[in-house]
Amino acid sequence: MSFLEIRNLTKKIGSNEVLKNISIELEKGEFLVLVGPSGCGKSTLLNAIAGLMPLTSGQIILDGQVINDLHPSKRDIAMVFQSYALYPNMTVEENIGFALEMRGVDKVKRKEAIRDVAGTLQIEHLLDRRPSQLSGGQRQRVAMGRALVRQPRVFLFDEPLSNLDAKLRVEMRAEIKALHHNTNTTIIYVTHDQIEAMTLATKIVVLRDGAIQQVGTPHEIYSRPANLFVADFMGSPAMNMLKGRVVTVDGARRIAIFDNTVNVAVPASVTVDLAEGRDVILGLRPEGITDESLADPAAGSVTRVDAEVALVEPTGSDTFVTAKLQGGTFTARVRADVSVAPKERFTFLFNLDKAVVFDPVSKQRLS
Amino acid sequence: MSAASETVSAGSARTARIVIYGLLFLLAAVYLLPLYVMLTTSLKSLAEIRGGDMLALPREPSAEAWVKAWGQACIGVTCEGIKGYFWNSIKMVVPAVAISTVLGALNGYVLTKWRFPGHKIVFGLMLFACFIPFQAVLIPMARVLGVFGLANSTAGLVFVHVVYGLGFTTLFFRNYYEAFPDELVKAAMIDGAGFFKIFWRILLPSSGPIIVVTVIYQFTNIWNDFLFGVSFSSGAESPMTVALNNLVSSSTGVKEYNVDMAAAVFAALPTLFVYIVAGRYFVRGLMAGAVKG
Amino acid sequence: MTPIEPVPFVTPERPRRTVATRLGTLLPKIVLAPSFAITLVFVYGFILWTVYLSFTRSRILPVYDLVGFDAYYRLWSQPNWYMAIKNLAIFGVLYISLCIAIGLFIAILMDQRIRAEGLLRPIFLYPMALSFVVTGTAWKWFLNPGLGLEKTMQNLGWESFKFDWLINTDMAIYTIVIAGVWQASGFVMAMFLAGLRGIDGEIIKAAQIDGASNTAIYRRIIIPMLRPVFLSAVIVLAHMAIKSYDLVIALTGGGPGNATELPSTFMYSYTFTRSQMAVGSASAVMMLMGITAIIVPYLYSELREKRS
Repeated sequence: MSFLEIRNLTKKIGSNEVLKNISIELEKGEFLVLVGPSGCGKSTLLNAIAGLMPLTSGQIILDGQVINDLHPSKRDIAMVFQSYALYPNMTVEENIGFALEMRGVDKVKRKEAIRDVAGTLQIEHLLDRRPSQLSGGQRQRVAMGRALVRQPRVFLFDEPLSNLDAKLRVEMRAEIKALHHNTNTTIIYVTHDQIEAMTLATKIVVLRDGAIQQVGTPHEIYSRPANLFVADFMGSPAMNMLKGRVVTVDGARRIAIFDNTVNVAVPASVTVDLAEGRDVILGLRPEGITDESLADPAAGSVTRVDAEVALVEPTGSDTFVTAKLQGGTFTARVRADVSVAPKERFTFLFNLDKAVVFDPVSKQRLS
Repeated sequence: MSAASETVSAGSARTARIVIYGLLFLLAAVYLLPLYVMLTTSLKSLAEIRGGDMLALPREPSAEAWVKAWGQACIGVTCEGIKGYFWNSIKMVVPAVAISTVLGALNGYVLTKWRFPGHKIVFGLMLFACFIPFQAVLIPMARVLGVFGLANSTAGLVFVHVVYGLGFTTLFFRNYYEAFPDELVKAAMIDGAGFFKIFWRILLPSSGPIIVVTVIYQFTNIWNDFLFGVSFSSGAESPMTVALNNLVSSSTGVKEYNVDMAAAVFAALPTLFVYIVAGRYFVRGLMAGAVKG
Repeated sequence: MTPIEPVPFVTPERPRRTVATRLGTLLPKIVLAPSFAITLVFVYGFILWTVYLSFTRSRILPVYDLVGFDAYYRLWSQPNWYMAIKNLAIFGVLYISLCIAIGLFIAILMDQRIRAEGLLRPIFLYPMALSFVVTGTAWKWFLNPGLGLEKTMQNLGWESFKFDWLINTDMAIYTIVIAGVWQASGFVMAMFLAGLRGIDGEIIKAAQIDGASNTAIYRRIIIPMLRPVFLSAVIVLAHMAIKSYDLVIALTGGGPGNATELPSTFMYSYTFTRSQMAVGSASAVMMLMGITAIIVPYLYSELREKRS
């Protein structure tokens, strides 16, 4: 049995099902990220795990114990909130020590534990301040300190970085990752930011409208998205979705795209036989479409495509190029120093090793 | 700031400013006039009042009328001034304000942080209670106070003011706690704090402003109440406002306007004092009483 | 998609909740219950009681035999009651419109970046801190026909000045309007001022760029945007007008004669001094209906708005 098991969890608010039959398993020391657009139920799920909200049905089992009806404080979990939820009237020290105080830990031991945590997070010099006197990043640290000091079985993070500016967010992201590494704690982390999900998680759960879309490692989610929604949601710029049709050329199955003007090999990710004439959607991330110099020399199946450039977006490290062909556009990632301008023709390399194929009706990936 | 800035020429702009300031100070004088007349009259002798001008400053200011109003003026059959009634009001106001504020704070806490199905209806019913004309409950309340032996007693008035003040105190705290982040309550729950601990340690320390607003609002309302006072008390048990009215409207003997005015100043003093000390909170309470939270 | 083995399982019996946890979940309701019960009994219960009394023959003491609409017939055949209604109409309309007109006027003046705002604001507002009885007492003296305003004006040289409204049957009701407006207009001013301060400055800048004059900006943009404040002010003032009792008692005592009778004074005197409890109850019910008609739609919309 896994360390944390969520079985068939359902939550209804009125007649609205906000969580639909959710089942997740998590091993000790894993970093699970719940990701999805706003309103997908990820925060609701986290609140359910914390015990801040009653369930309609299902079970949450932690370390072999059903904790459905346990009060939040008895579940041995800690939570870091989006707003940090620091008690405004208490000093940093009192904030961090509050949970211990509630458990009746004596003052000396409490002080010791607070010092310890403050040391880890490098906030010793802030202990006498009040939350209102702290910067965003410092508040974030205090919130983490408050969770750490309890040495809980599971940490819950509810979009903890969304109130920070871009630079600080990247820093704190790295720190959270390091913290997980060093302490080997079990973490469940909610975010709507797919980059956070990719960088932090050992396991990602993608949610939409209260239902799980896919569970997997960041790599699985990114390169083998289960359906069109996951493919579109993860990754920026978004995956190219090209309308195609299965054709037979020289006895071999291929996929014709751009109104039949281009045809490419069936990607290796598809093992089922595709019937001729079947409509499909070919998914290829921007980094799967490159210029000559950025092409993967080890790629097994590459198709060259000439197209007219519509838009050039340099990001500094790479340049994204949007190009037009009959019946659609696509975005490619090319080297930053490639000279290319709108209205020019340019040769792109489609790396079919990285492509995936979806069924346009069921919206599921074909494998 | 919405003030539309002046775009006209400098000369006419200055004229406009002078007119605006002139109007404002004139209006302010009109608003102050009754208070001024009240104060000056209370410092004059009866002879000066009869012979002189209402607006004139007292020629020989004397506190005689004040002394008389406080300790000797005749109200009803007793001639001991208004001091007893003043203390009646204090004895009524302090517990009534304290109890209704504490209950309002707890109610507001439950209605925002421990919601249950139907919390809206409960709040709606309590809120509407603030606005009913008290005439609609006067007769039953008189009967009930009589049955419980609370008629014509300070305890009875305290009870009445708590009952009919609850709606407002609940409204104030509910609107205040509505804006208090739920996440703090959740964090405290996870940290192991219970219902009262969360209230005491997390919400209450942040409730300073709303407590001040509520206390001031309740204090002003209860101190200034007349209807309940005149309905449920009489004679020596009356609160200040009722005694003042009895003094002023009594038609026996010589009409001592200076004593009347001095008594009126005594009745106005506590609330005016609160207003001067904490005017900002007073206004906020009034605004919140107009429902907008 | 990583397939999740559907694990067949039987829902184990829910662990029995202990008394402590059950108490814990009930605690909030236990805390709220007394206040709610008090409200139910002493507000709604008493209202029903009053309604019941209005259908009886109660005179000096309540009696509980129902006689139908008898008290209402008697109420509506009282000239006094018509006087009270008429007075309430005069008082209400003038009180509300004057408070709003004066309040808005002062608020606009105050909104012109006035330096002395901190000094002036409290002056316009202090009457609101006073008891109506104090206000009534002060104005009774101020308007005293022999010694007050009349004499002052005559002293100033205006020999023929007469101001006897306080004892003039036709005019007495207007003295109540004056005192009432003096007391509440500052509060209305504060409401409007808060509304003015809440208007987005960029909208006004935009109007200025569009070439609107100051007058046009107020007339066409700012005042229309204050609509919610107008509504709040009307509701609050109407509510205060219907409940007005202390002011009348202190200023005119309902007189001269019944010249300043209002429903509130009518109810009190019929119930407690004229021993017509059923009629008094009926008048209280009419007052309640009047206020309900104003307040309930307002509260309903306020509470709904807050949700969104």
